[in-house]
Amino acid sequence: MSKKSFRQAINEALAQEMRRDPTVIVMGEDNAGGMGAPGEDDAWGGVLGVTKGLMPEFGRERVLDTPISESAFIGAAVGAAATGLRPVAELMFVDFLGVCFDQIFNQAGKFKYMFGGKAVTPVVIRTMYGAGFRAASQHSQCLYPIFTHIPGLKVVIPSSPYEAKGLMIQAIRDDDPVIFLEHKVMYDDEEEVPDEPYTIPFGEANLTREGEDVTIVAFGRMVNFSNEVADKLAKDGISCTVVDPRTTSPLDTDTILECVEETGRLVVVDEASPRCNMATDISALVAQEAFGALKAPIKMVTPPHTPVPFSPQLEDLYIPSPEKIEAAVRAVAGE
Amino acid sequence: MQLSREDLLKAYRDMRTIREFEDRVHDEFAKGGIPGFVHLYAGEEASGVGVCMNLDDRDKIASTHRGHGHCIAKGCDAKGMMKEIYGKRDGLCGGKGGSMHIADLSRGMMGANGIVGGGPPLVCGAALSAQTLKTGGVAVAFVGDGGSNQGTTLESYNLARVWNLPVVFVVEDNGYAETTASAWSVGGSQKKRAEAFGMPGLEVDGHDFFAVYEAARQATEWARGGDGPSLIHVKLDRHYGHFEGDAMTYRAEGEVEKLRAESDALNIFRAKVCQAHLLEANQLDEIDAEVKTLIDEAVAESEAAPPPGEKDLLTDVYVSY
Repeated sequence: MSKKSFRQAINEALAQEMRRDPTVIVMGEDNAGGMGAPGEDDAWGGVLGVTKGLMPEFGRERVLDTPISESAFIGAAVGAAATGLRPVAELMFVDFLGVCFDQIFNQAGKFKYMFGGKAVTPVVIRTMYGAGFRAASQHSQCLYPIFTHIPGLKVVIPSSPYEAKGLMIQAIRDDDPVIFLEHKVMYDDEEEVPDEPYTIPFGEANLTREGEDVTIVAFGRMVNFSNEVADKLAKDGISCTVVDPRTTSPLDTDTILECVEETGRLVVVDEASPRCNMATDISALVAQEAFGALKAPIKMVTPPHTPVPFSPQLEDLYIPSPEKIEAAVRAVAGE
Repeated sequence: MQLSREDLLKAYRDMRTIREFEDRVHDEFAKGGIPGFVHLYAGEEASGVGVCMNLDDRDKIASTHRGHGHCIAKGCDAKGMMKEIYGKRDGLCGGKGGSMHIADLSRGMMGANGIVGGGPPLVCGAALSAQTLKTGGVAVAFVGDGGSNQGTTLESYNLARVWNLPVVFVVEDNGYAETTASAWSVGGSQKKRAEAFGMPGLEVDGHDFFAVYEAARQATEWARGGDGPSLIHVKLDRHYGHFEGDAMTYRAEGEVEKLRAESDALNIFRAKVCQAHLLEANQLDEIDAEVKTLIDEAVAESEAAPPPGEKDLLTDVYVSY
């Protein structure tokens, strides 16, 4: 056990799995960096350094730099997964989904079903998401609801370094295609993380806080904001359960419903755009399955239905903040 | 490599099987027995068979929406294919894929593909697996003239070159992307496109099995020998429309009749091997009769086969969930 950043936790998961299983490879733009250039090898380790150090240990054959050509290399990762490798491909920003989506949703996500169950496609696509970096509209989206919509894909959103390591090792060992979303603002977050490999199963929510009055369901970075709010409101006599589903597909609907049955109040916090996102999905689930338990209308805390703005002042207004979450919790608690 | 008598018989049998299969699907579709969309490969047999005669169990192919011929050429079971096209439970994909998604990974057939240009990136991955796992295998991407214009295809040319992958890109140019002539829709030439990406581009007459076979022999030899990717531009014709039900009003009057009479790949093969006394006409007639029986049985068994049941709807989405 030692203190590790979100970035280090994922890097360690990749390195440990590559040592364990020679069929695990990583690929992406500048995943080592410096390919064909006159200077330093392993110059970058990915744009935010997550794969730094893998190339010196595992070589260029297993740490592949790619041209800026997402359709080809994401598709190649899918094709390699269907023919014996376990590739972990990096889609640098999830916003770049637009240029390679076919290979993910029409190919990887459908092989098993279309081929009568006979295909296995154990590919992991790591991708960076989220607002807060002043990166503007084309480098700040969440987009995980789009993946969640597709049968055949699994979708993972770790909320801390500990979660990231265990979920990444699970993702690599999993035999289905997995989309693994890393919030760009969280890479330097630190916590105690075991040194040895471990897995966290998909579809099992984690209760980061347990309380009696209000259930907050949140994803990724929003789990941290929700924990902060829960700790603050506990001092004011409002006790909250915070549910981190960890994966949006599969989704641990049982735990969400159990928590709502206990508290009778629900706030869903989702950084994704508000139409057809996880907040609407979970609200619909609870309205259908646990309506009788509700003591107050459900509240959704989301950004507005706009692209992510550039100006720091506007972006701060855009992101669901702890203050907005607190206001929603107070409202459903009847304050 | 000199083709043996057995090789020639196999090549003819595969081409005849494709022709009989497709002609029969054409007839049965018209009668209303087959659901969905089907795109037939009749007329293009020499390409799929000429290429796949150079492949073995280590090798992978990815196909197109016009995939029946590639399946048969790579060794997929014709009866399982027919049942799949009929949407039956015993079909090659349990009735869940249909004509546009027939696959048999155990034969190295990574799927027909409903997305034009969907296959080339996947083939780069299959070639990467072969390279990383050192299987000695090669991977072949079939695309049409339409698919040759997709970004996925052009990106794959580049990726295969820069990763030096054992890939062969086979552009089957049947003259039409749906109704649109390739003479209009393709900028530049396929061969020069290949050369621009730093790989050899070969051009062959796709009505001539021997020409395709020889080009693919060269291309697979380069790939297996570590020389990386290459492209074969195969010029051929389709006997039917883009899909079944296409009235083909965009084609010239008499065009199909002329090519059936003058440039039919099976007739050309038959004439060549008989004139050179490599095979006897009666041997080929025997194969014709055997193939006809096989396809008759395939249709009869497909019609009689049970459809999938309600429980099959929910299975095979995930390995675990």
